[in-house]
Amino acid sequence: MPATSAPRNLDVDRLLSHHRLMWRIRAFEEAALRANAEKLVLGAIHPSIGQEAIAVGVCSNLNRDDILSSTHRGHGHTLAKGADAGAMMRELLGREGGTSHGKGGSMHIADFEVGMLGANGVVAANIHITAGAAHAIKLRGEDRVACSIFGDGAINRGPFLEGLNWASVFALPALFVCEDNGFASTTRTAAMTGGPGPAARAEAIGVPAVEVDGNDVMAVDEAARQAVAAIRAGGGPRFIVARTYRLTGHTAADAAPYRPKEEVEAAWRREPIARLAQLLADSGVRGAVLAAHEREAREEMDAVYADAKAAPWPPLSRGFEDVQDAGDPRERAF
Amino acid sequence: MAILTYAEAGKQALAEEMRRDPLVWAVGEDLGRGGVFGQYKGMVEEFGPLRISDAPISEAAILGAAVGAAMTGTRPVVEMRFADFALCAVDELINQAAKARYMFGGQTKVPLVVREPMGMWRSSAAQHSQSLEGWYTHIPGLVVVCPSTPADNKGLLKTAIRSDDPVVYFEHKNIWGLEGEVPDADVAIPFGIARTARPGRDLTIVTWSATVHAATAAAEALAGDGIEAEVIDLRTLWPWDRAAVFASVERTGRLLVAHEAVQVGGFGAEVAATVDEHCFGALKAPVRRLGAPRVPIAYAPPLEDLLRVTPATIAEAARAIVSF
Repeated sequence: MPATSAPRNLDVDRLLSHHRLMWRIRAFEEAALRANAEKLVLGAIHPSIGQEAIAVGVCSNLNRDDILSSTHRGHGHTLAKGADAGAMMRELLGREGGTSHGKGGSMHIADFEVGMLGANGVVAANIHITAGAAHAIKLRGEDRVACSIFGDGAINRGPFLEGLNWASVFALPALFVCEDNGFASTTRTAAMTGGPGPAARAEAIGVPAVEVDGNDVMAVDEAARQAVAAIRAGGGPRFIVARTYRLTGHTAADAAPYRPKEEVEAAWRREPIARLAQLLADSGVRGAVLAAHEREAREEMDAVYADAKAAPWPPLSRGFEDVQDAGDPRERAF
Repeated sequence: MAILTYAEAGKQALAEEMRRDPLVWAVGEDLGRGGVFGQYKGMVEEFGPLRISDAPISEAAILGAAVGAAMTGTRPVVEMRFADFALCAVDELINQAAKARYMFGGQTKVPLVVREPMGMWRSSAAQHSQSLEGWYTHIPGLVVVCPSTPADNKGLLKTAIRSDDPVVYFEHKNIWGLEGEVPDADVAIPFGIARTARPGRDLTIVTWSATVHAATAAAEALAGDGIEAEVIDLRTLWPWDRAAVFASVERTGRLLVAHEAVQVGGFGAEVAATVDEHCFGALKAPVRRLGAPRVPIAYAPPLEDLLRVTPATIAEAARAIVSF
């Protein structure tokens, strides 16, 4: 249920910042969907519309030098970690100046400058990668955290067991976040998942877990704050299960006919941005301030899209770059 | 020079690199007790359990964590115990380690070494005996190394650890105890440079890993018949030393490629086809491959032996080529 009265200890400035960032993510993805409709996005994109509170609530507790890894549905996480929206949109359109010079597309956006180790096209693969990044942090004695955000489908793949167990036995500074939107691709996750769910699985291998309303950015923020504090204090890994709802289909091409219209309409009434806006309005923030966040975000992402459309294809030389040092295909094209 | 076994030479390479670079560390099952073949014996005492790290029996996590640790500035050396078990971590190696640099547009490299003990030794049957090195040559982004001697196991492992590429490093289980002279000095052997294990004028035998020793034994037998075979140890399959192979075939006019792996779709086919494309004019006889039949590896010694490439089968193939 939406909050109707503001808690007394509301940090309005922090929540305004969250509101602005959630709108930037929403506007980026709406622009991406427009680009997709205009056939300028060539591969699959997986929108996270409706899930913005998790990206923002978690990443607002990570520092620039903390590590994040994401999934195929990673635009929001990547923006929230601080990646450049312009380079991301160019990547979606396969253009020069994209985060991967147009060699990766939506599912392989990364920004190592801000500790974002990449979206990943293989469900659950980022869990191991984050465990390893946390392992490297521990080996070097650094005060950093590695975070992995993955979907509910990931809990039925081996890396969920192997990676969380790894972080547990080595007491690694790792935060695992399951963004539970109810669907594993186009199948309801509950229909394919045995037992009491992800939190119980994590607890069973020694990773303390909490469940939060993933559409409540304050709740996610607070859960992440506590988890990151425990990790930084040397407490080993933590797990957050954030319940949300995927308001779009699995991909931009998926009309999601497998779920009733009423269910989706009800989910729209719980979507996180309007819910936060209501909370802020109730606490005295003027509507014009909130409307400006939306307008500015749309203006920014319209400009980002226009820039990406105007950007050239990558030069063909990019095609043979960055394969490997030994046996580099540029030395002899076999 | 010291006389070391193949296993000891690998251990010396890793220890020297770990002393040189604090970012090098090793992780795998049972490493704290020296590794299942003793190839890490005594290392945890010197480097401690953080840098010689035991791991759960979670091959995918071992390799996947190594990818994350390699992308964040360390140099993991991963022990897979058996090449067969590395198949539990195929996504982590093929989709992650080999792809990250390219698909992230050069923002990262993945400097890791995956040690995969390979091959037949004794009655280990279908899941502990395979030679899968050819598979990995098919994957852009990977380096594939197959040392055959103690000196090469030291020099190539050092290069592998210093490489910024993900390196699949195949040590042959049947030659752990093979002794040979190993330089005391810090000698790193570059990738892509073949070694002439035995010079000869009549026939070129290209091979790698433990089959090098079968090939040199075959060459000795052939010399008794007046056939001088040149044995070229490729050492690394990607990159591979095409120039050395071409130069030898230009002189001898005959090529046999011999490997322990299944012949069908093996790396011998790549060598044979490439030589055919580049050296056809020099060939006096058709190029020939010799590998295992396309059969899982058996347990009972007489059945296992049916699948082996031996000095006798290599010599037989060589004679057929020379008398073409």
